[in-house]
Amino acid sequence: MRKIAIYGKGGIGKSTTTQNTVAGLAEMGKRVMVVGCDPKADSTRLLLGGLAQRSVLDTLREEGEDVDLEDIRKEGFGGTLCVESGGPEPGVGCAGRGIITSINMLEQLGAYEDDEELDYVFYDVLGDVVCGGFAMPIREGKAREIYIVCSGEMMAMYAANNICKGVRKFAESGGVRVGGLICNSRNVDNEEAMIREFAKRLGTQMIYFLPRDNMVQRAEINRKTVIDYAPDCEQAAHYRNLAKNIDENDLFVIPTPLDTDQLESLLMEYGILN
Amino acid sequence: MLHHTPAVVAERKALRINPAKTCQPVGAMYAALGIHRCLPHSHGSQGCCAYHRSHLTRHYREPVMASTSSFTEGASVFGGAPNLRQALATIFDVYDPDVVAIHTTCLSETIGDDIPSILKKAAADGIIPQGKRVFHANTPSYVGSHVTGFANMVRAMVETFPVPAAERMEAVNLIPGYVEPSDMREVKHLAKMLGVDARVFPDTSGVLDAPQTASFRMYPSGGTPVSVLERLGQSRLTVALGPTASEPAARFLEAAHGVPCRVLDLPIGLRATDRFVQTLLEDAGGALSPELNDERGRLVDLMTDMHAHLHGKRVALWGDPDPVVSLTEFLADLGMKPVCVLTGTPGKRFELRVRGILKKTAPRAVVGAGADLFFLHQVVKKEPVDLLIGNTYGKYIARAEDVPHVRFGWPILDRVGHAHFPTLGYRGGLYLLTRIVNTLLERADRDAPDEELELVL
Repeated sequence: MRKIAIYGKGGIGKSTTTQNTVAGLAEMGKRVMVVGCDPKADSTRLLLGGLAQRSVLDTLREEGEDVDLEDIRKEGFGGTLCVESGGPEPGVGCAGRGIITSINMLEQLGAYEDDEELDYVFYDVLGDVVCGGFAMPIREGKAREIYIVCSGEMMAMYAANNICKGVRKFAESGGVRVGGLICNSRNVDNEEAMIREFAKRLGTQMIYFLPRDNMVQRAEINRKTVIDYAPDCEQAAHYRNLAKNIDENDLFVIPTPLDTDQLESLLMEYGILN
Repeated sequence: MLHHTPAVVAERKALRINPAKTCQPVGAMYAALGIHRCLPHSHGSQGCCAYHRSHLTRHYREPVMASTSSFTEGASVFGGAPNLRQALATIFDVYDPDVVAIHTTCLSETIGDDIPSILKKAAADGIIPQGKRVFHANTPSYVGSHVTGFANMVRAMVETFPVPAAERMEAVNLIPGYVEPSDMREVKHLAKMLGVDARVFPDTSGVLDAPQTASFRMYPSGGTPVSVLERLGQSRLTVALGPTASEPAARFLEAAHGVPCRVLDLPIGLRATDRFVQTLLEDAGGALSPELNDERGRLVDLMTDMHAHLHGKRVALWGDPDPVVSLTEFLADLGMKPVCVLTGTPGKRFELRVRGILKKTAPRAVVGAGADLFFLHQVVKKEPVDLLIGNTYGKYIARAEDVPHVRFGWPILDRVGHAHFPTLGYRGGLYLLTRIVNTLLERADRDAPDEELELVL
């Protein structure tokens, strides 16, 4: 079983990219579980055809500690298994602890056991590795591979670099590695070449360049992944390629984050000078 | 003091008053003391550790050694790794234990400190000396109770120490549960009487009932040695006493090392002890001895002799799920009526078990998990009882309702004897029964008018 965590700046398209990639893997016949680690609980919306999922923490709040796996896991597109950890309402409580609680609960309930015959587990994590809770998916024995979604916008690259700093800390003592950057294009000048170079300097690779396509938005409005909504369109093919690249990936590294000066000079070189 | 507790029960969802439980780390700390030369370590702020130590000391009346990561505001923000590293360096430098058993606290759990990573790095950096062992259990107090903490620490022991075994040995693992040092001693006594080679863990006898020798020993002679813990994976069987406290560890040994397990009730009272003895006879290669038969016979004798004083007496009892389940059965066997049976530890299994036991004796009994003593007080106020059986916290109810109170369970902060005289086994049954009978007889004497004060009872 491969365990993968997806990180990246808020709003960059982590959940959309994750679900479309998962749809691609499901199409390939893989058995995949998606664990949404975002209090907004919108990491499985496209796979389930709407926000139909009751989150682990809502279930815990209402039912107490005696919870069954069926209460918190729903089947979505292509037989994917969907879990949302959920969290407190905005401005209250501790979202990080919520993630720790729900992943612990999944483990206790045997969601990762061999008899579930999972090929992949995806953790879709909110934004940055801001605190211990958001690092839970990459602790010892959990996700082994990380993909960072970014674009050629400076703040997205800055966030990706920061995430690499967080990962490095866990990579040194545990087994977690970066598998690559996924460039979710924002049509920035020279974007593909810049992210390719950025990935290289981080010691990793750009595993795929996803062009911008409004088909993604259309599919989202219809509560579907692109692969589900318009299986024959070009964007669907891109997501299938990304899924294939991840499935065949064998480059896993401890990242080498850049300092701020290096990051800015990269931007100067590729962004402004052209 | 509690005279104003209303007899009418109003539904409460979020509020607990005088809870019948405390937090996970206390149980984890107690379990860790059952390893020879082990220093429990509390990964959190100083207050947690100080409270847990003092609580254990008040119950056992022994010094309780434990260290803390001493979180400050900085540690809460930046994580507790530097504190834990510094703590380990100091511990091995100054206190020289063989084992450090770390348990977390609510604060470090909420921060999300990744203890395995911190320990791995500390070992790689030479902070943990060669041959010394450091392991941990996660014990967030917002889950379960002190019994959960005990169970988590015992499970962490079997996740840490047992080495893969090439062959099976005759020995039997015995997890005595969350019980007194005297009870652990009694469990070993029973195994010995039956000729069973038992690996008992954790074992706090000789640690928290250590004799006064006029010289201070940081680590008393008791506790399960690491060499024994390492061989737990080779045993032919694990007998786990008390499902709440002992089952997780037994199940882990079964899954990871292929050691089959039997999970039994705590052997409190005649029938539960019989089941334990029977299991050792049938599955662990034990052989019955005449001495043990006599021990059993003495308990049966006292039960029948005193039956008249016990029959039909209404009892309210509370405490941890494992001992309370067995005690309920014992009381029912004595002809008493357990009409209110509560535990503060959450879990559906408790109610099912107790209701099953009381089906005939007291089908209308109030039974509940996750309950509190305020509720217990309301119940006994409405339908009075003859006897309260539970920990020290019930003494205020006993005074308010003028009902006799037998100390049983954990913690007992205002009486002695529990650390030295067992509750488990046939001999423990005798001691427990003696206390129950004498308490009722003393009350009978106190309440009797002069003309009815009997010499012989």
